[in-house]
Formats: sequence, structure tokens, C-alpha cells
Amino acid sequence: MITPARLRQLGVCLTLGVVAALVTGPSGDSAHPFRALRQSVIDPRIGVFLGLAVGLWVVLVAATELRPVLGRVTVTARARRPVRATFERRYGNVGLNVVLLAIAIVAPMLVSTAAQQSMVNDIGIYALLALGLNVVVGYAGLLDLGYIAFFAIGAYVAAYFSSSSAMPWHAPFILNPFFVLPIALVLAALAGVILGAPTLRLRGDYLAIVTLGFGEIIQLIANNSDEITNGPRGVFGVPHLSVDLPGIHYQWGIDPLPYYYLLLGIVVLVMIAFGRLERSRIGRAWAAIREDEIAAEATGVPTLRMKLLAFAIGASVSGFAGVLLATKQFFNPQSFSLQSSFLVVAVVIFGGMGSRLGAVTGAVVLQGLAFYLRDKVPPTDRYIYFGAVIIAMMIFRPQGLVPSRRRRREIELAGAGAGASDSLGAAPLGRTVT
Amino acid sequence: MTAVAATGPAGTPGSPPSDLVLEARDLMLRFGGVTSLDGVSLQQRRGEILAVIGPNGAGKTSLFNCFTGAYRPQQGSVTFWRTSRRPAEIVGRSPHAITHLGIARTFQNIRLFPALSALENVQIGTEVRQRYGPFGAILGLPGARRQERAGVSRAFELLDLVGLSHRAHDLASSLPHGEQRRLEIARALGTDPRLLLLDEPAAGTNPAEKRSLEALIRRIAGGGVSILLIEHDMRLVMSIATSVVVLNFGRVIAHGTPAEVQHDPAVVEAYLGVETGGGVEAGGPRTAHGSGVRTADGGVRSADTSGGTDREVR
Repeated sequence: MITPARLRQLGVCLTLGVVAALVTGPSGDSAHPFRALRQSVIDPRIGVFLGLAVGLWVVLVAATELRPVLGRVTVTARARRPVRATFERRYGNVGLNVVLLAIAIVAPMLVSTAAQQSMVNDIGIYALLALGLNVVVGYAGLLDLGYIAFFAIGAYVAAYFSSSSAMPWHAPFILNPFFVLPIALVLAALAGVILGAPTLRLRGDYLAIVTLGFGEIIQLIANNSDEITNGPRGVFGVPHLSVDLPGIHYQWGIDPLPYYYLLLGIVVLVMIAFGRLERSRIGRAWAAIREDEIAAEATGVPTLRMKLLAFAIGASVSGFAGVLLATKQFFNPQSFSLQSSFLVVAVVIFGGMGSRLGAVTGAVVLQGLAFYLRDKVPPTDRYIYFGAVIIAMMIFRPQGLVPSRRRRREIELAGAGAGASDSLGAAPLGRTVT
Repeated sequence: MTAVAATGPAGTPGSPPSDLVLEARDLMLRFGGVTSLDGVSLQQRRGEILAVIGPNGAGKTSLFNCFTGAYRPQQGSVTFWRTSRRPAEIVGRSPHAITHLGIARTFQNIRLFPALSALENVQIGTEVRQRYGPFGAILGLPGARRQERAGVSRAFELLDLVGLSHRAHDLASSLPHGEQRRLEIARALGTDPRLLLLDEPAAGTNPAEKRSLEALIRRIAGGGVSILLIEHDMRLVMSIATSVVVLNFGRVIAHGTPAEVQHDPAVVEAYLGVETGGGVEAGGPRTAHGSGVRTADGGVRSADTSGGTDREVR
């Protein structure tokens, strides 16, 4: 059935195809202002994109045609199926977890050193960051856009305490980076509380703006305090992690593999810890705040304290990751840019808010994509693909790659008009006290 | 807590044990130019089922919101006795602190946590008095596990009390309306209150559900929880309330036993808009007052006397 609506849909698809051809094609310059047009739109290459566009349209049409035929359960009906209590699922799907862990252990041995390096710096660190932000965004439902600031605090704390030469400022005593971990954890959590205490009274969008500002402030301070942090030149020479116990001496060095396994261990531990947290009274209190803050407060949940707790826990994980970044020898304020902040948020949303496995999967997929694109497209274009993948995700699978059960139900119920959700969930309903 | 109470207007230090559970004095609540509560005072004795009735917009829910910390009255004070010797001032406390003191509430328009199971909804209530923190939860310390189990079994008890144990693992939003109302009561009871505020618990429920609700409220009250009730269903109010307060335009216009209130001329006037001095003898024979106006008696009493009908006085 070719209806006007379908034709309009086709038009949109074709426009998208042309845009995609343009952005992926060569760029023009002052000498050849029309090169982009000539070589991407007039070139035979355009055929591929138009073909893809028509294909997309066919898929869309087929999906709407087939939906009634396939007789799918309606979204609401599915969302409303009985749930098994969370405490009955303490151990989750053991088989799946073992397989995933095995893959995670074996995978780095099969790839190049450059890929291993990326698995540590991009995937591992970001998985850890995403797990921490997941507590804030996924569990407590607070949109924190300045999350990377705590990462910076962790990194600079590590540089301050563990090296006398990395930054102009350093502690009077030098500690092994392992001893810096708890210090960074506590300081980052403290920073989280200091930022959170006045701002967590704000709702949704306002909180996002304030945290965004906080992230920028920390990065600018790091960038502009030449005689404290070495400014834009960055911090170089924080010692590698090392264990010096009687009988055990080990130093993590240039080789990325040991770092990878260390990070893997930490990520797994954090996942287990946060799983327990989610199934505890604290996790339920967060879920209550997310779903109906007024009802939560009336049921005796100290909402402000619980949000602060989420902020502090998220921040401490971020600070922890910051120390690990610092011991990778080099970082500069660029590592804590707004872009990185958004990237962590994107990883969490892409993976599935409120889902630990989702946060890690999101980091693997998005950062893996970045690594894959590294040599294939100009670096300036990389974020276009990123954006496209995320937009496609939000259209076709808004709950994320590996959604948490609770979150998926919330999104589906909100979509069906039942129940309020927070600013991130969807469909905000009236929140006035009656 | 006690320090606040001692300095508060109600907590006369060393006062004898009080048989009150709640006392509001001279509450004034204004929104801009609109006066919602205009000097409301009321007392509730421990164990009492006190009903607050009044026409729409009389300030009933505003009163509840003052008692639970959602609104802060500009004037006046509210004292709550968790035990007879421990008065505490309510005004100025946050809602969760008030819940911790021992006042729990339900909402006129049900506010459950829709994507959580019925059990989890009640658990959130039972867990607010637990003390274990994030470390206990992460490390799985014995104390945390014990409290967690205690919270679950208490939640099951409460689901049983409200007759929803077979629904424990269903999503709150998938329950029918009447069951959602009862689930909200179970969640409120989970916080171990001494005073339970029910905001129109019978609204939108069918006659069978109303009967089971009535039995439930009696059972809760029998368990030592005082109940403050807003309700439009006069049959329910007259049958379960031990006393009734009538609000109109933010003022208390009558206070007494259901029978007394029913015959109070001011109440009849508030509900029916009859001119004062019009010779309305409450309890007298049915008299028509102009065209289209329900009779004085009929309005307030018909639901009471005619048993089965669920006529709501509005």
C-alpha cells in the first residue's frame, strides 16, 4: 500500500541517505569549494547510500505491515507480567556470566597490542566510569553531566600523592598508587557530597546544568593552574601501579595486558558490589525516588540523603578510575573535557540505564566502534557515526542494549501512560502534590 | 526529637502522659490570596478513627498535607505523640522525618511505585526503619541480611493483612484499582505508624471492595493504630468513625460523634447551602427546600439509613 505517509517516509529516508553520503564523503576546501558535492552526490557512490535509504524504508514499511500479523503481545501487557522478586535472583544467570567472563579473559590475547591498549584505556576505564555513573543516572535517576570532574579529581589526587615530579605541586610524602586509591575514593566522594548537597534539591534539567558547569569548572581549573597542575602540558610520570609486599613484588608496566586484567578484576568486583546494592533496601529506595519522589518521601525514604549517597558512590568510582588513568603515565586536562563527560552518559544510556552489564557492554560497543573507526574515517567525522548509532538506538531500542528489568518496565509503562518516570525515563507526568 | 518537643508549643516539659495522638492548633495555610486553612484546630485521641469530612475544596487534603509535611502552614502548630509521653512538633519537619516519627499516609490519587512489584512497594515501607548502610549491603554483612529478611517477612505479613499475598510479585500498576488502594495502605503500614492518614480510601471502589475496606480499617485500628480519614462516602464514615470533624472553607464547623455531626445545623447548611435560620431541623421529617435542592436529611442521612446505597455527599 503506497500511501502519502509512506511516500513522505521514503522522502525522509532518501534525504537521510544524501546527508549520509555528504558527511562521509571528502571535505571541500577554498580551492575546491564544490568537491564535497561533486565527489559524494554526483559520484556513483551516492547509489550505495540511496540503496541503503530505500532498504531502510522497505524495512520500516514491512515492520508496520507485519506487526499485526505477528500478533505480538502489546507492550503494556508485557510490561505488566508478574515479576520474580529481586531477592530470588541473587545469582542471576550464572552460565551467561561465566561465558561473558571467559570471553573477557580470552579476548585481549587474540588482538593486536594497539587494540589491547585501547581495551585498557578506552573500554576498561570507561566501563568503570559507566558503572559509577550508572548508580547516579540509572539507579537514582539523576542526570549528572559533570561526572568526569570526579575522574579528574581522582587523577590529580594520584599525581599529587604518588609522584614528586609529575606536577609542580606534590605531597610532602610519596605513596604507592595503591595507597592513593582509598584517598582518591574518599576525596572524590567528598567532592560529590559537596557538589550534591546544595544542588540535589534541584530537579532534572536544572541539576544537569549545574553539574555540567561543575565539570567545566574542574577542567578549567586544571587547565589554567600552570604552577599547580602543570596546566595544558599535562601530568607525566606518575609511577605505575606496583605491589611491594614481603614476598610479592610486581610492577604493572608498559604492557597493557596486566593492566587489562587488573581492570577486569576491578570491574567485576564493582559489578558484584553494585548488584548487591541494587537489591538492598538502598537500591529499592533509589527505585522509589526514581518512580515517584513524593510518594517515596511520604513512605519515609530520606530522598535527599539517598540521592547524595548515589552521588557519592558514583563519584568515588570515578575517582578510583582517575587514579588508574594517572598510573597509565600521562594525562592532561583534555582527558576531562565535556566530550568525555557526554561519552560516559552516552555509554550508560546506550548500554541500558540501571543495568550493570549494560554499562560495560555500552563501553565495549561504543569504544570498540571508536577504535574500529580510528583508521577508517577522518577523526573529525568519528562523532557523526557515534551520533548516528546512538540516535538509531534511541529510536529502535530506547531501553538500551542490555536493559535492566526495572528500567525497561518503567519505560514501557511510561510509554503506555501509566506511572510517572523521572526526567530521563520518558513521559514526565504531573508531579504536584494534591 | 525530645529536645524539639520540649521547646515546641505543645510539649510542656514534664507534662502528664497525654491520651491524644494528634493535636492541631490554629493552622493557617494560604496560597497567595487564597486561604486554604483558616485557623483549624482539632484533637485526636489515641485509638480513635477520626473522619474529616467537608465539601470539595474545604481544605481536607491541605490539612493532610500539613500533617505530613508536604505543606508548611504559615501559622499554627501540630503536635504528635508517638507514645503518650513523647510529644513532637510536626510543622517544619520534612515528610520523611514525619513518617519516621510515626505518621503514614495514603494519597487521594494513588501514588504507588508503578514498575515495582507489590512486595517491593511494601518492602520500601518496611525498610525505612532499618539501619544498615551501603557497606552492609555490599559486603552482605549478617546484620544487613537479617534485616533484609525481616523486611521481606514483615512485608508479606502486611500483604496478607490487606489480602494481597497472592499478588506479591505482580507489578503495582497491574493491580485493579481497589487492590492498589489496599496496597497503598499496606505500604503505609510498613513504616510502623501510630497514626495512619487515609485520603479517600474508598474513592472509586465498588461496594464489595468498600465492605472489605471497612473491615480492614477496623482491623488496623484494632491493632493500635489511630486513623485519620478523609472520606466522601457517608455510609462508610458514619459506620466506622468514632468521631467526625467537618471542614468548610478552611474552618472547622462541627466536631463530635457521627450522630451529633449529622444533626448539626451548620453541617447541613454547609452541605446543602440552606440559609441559616431557615428552620432546618436536622433529624426532622423530610422537607423540601426549594426546587432541585436535596432535603437536609436526605443529603446527609440517606446513605446512612438506606444501607445499600452509596450516595456520596459532595
